[in-house]
Amino acid sequence: MEKAELGIRNVLQQHGRLNQDVSLLDVQTDLYQSGLTSHASVNVMLALEGLFDIEFPDHMLKRNVFSSIDSIRSALTSLTSTA
Amino acid sequence: MLSFEPGKFAGTALEPGVRLGFDLVQISQVANSINHFGVAFKSRLFTQDELTYAEQSNAFFVDRLAARFAAKEAVIKALSLSEAGINWRDIEVFKDHDGDCGIVLHGRVAELADAAGLSNLLLSLSHDGDYAGAFVTAVFAARH
Repeated sequence: MEKAELGIRNVLQQHGRLNQDVSLLDVQTDLYQSGLTSHASVNVMLALEGLFDIEFPDHMLKRNVFSSIDSIRSALTSLTSTA
Repeated sequence: MLSFEPGKFAGTALEPGVRLGFDLVQISQVANSINHFGVAFKSRLFTQDELTYAEQSNAFFVDRLAARFAAKEAVIKALSLSEAGINWRDIEVFKDHDGDCGIVLHGRVAELADAAGLSNLLLSLSHDGDYAGAFVTAVFAARH
């Protein structure tokens, strides 16, 4: 498992309050269907910013960005590649 | 009957009528977020005026912020802004002199709401025990 995905899973485990085992989630699994609330998604966003030393700009604060491990990874890739 | 398609807003005019938004927040979880993320959590979500109002009561500080976060999420639902990419601070809850709470929109959220034809935004807040909730009614007027 790549470093980014591992980091995302750790953040989801700690802050996502999901109703499923994060380690077993497919990267495409809908996190909102797995129990992610709007408030928990804020916590996930802030934890990711701290872990990866990035900041999500307003235009990326969309439900879809935090809807799966894969979508979060794509967002992180775009942020770290432009840093 | 109005159709509702999340993410379809994108700044376009919505049909005249009324749209609703509701959100429920667990106050103890907001307290956990404040303890864990501190200023980053507060400054990302709330305006200085909202924080100043909440800080006027030690007993209800977290309750007030939880209710305001619920209000912002309820507005996002009522205006279908979940895919718009907006700043939470552009949705501000205020309390007027007679104790009623209302919402003022700023920046891009105000622009999107105007483009959608929003004519009025009504708010009802409540908190009891470990939960705070907000109910928002968005009124869209017919454009001539």
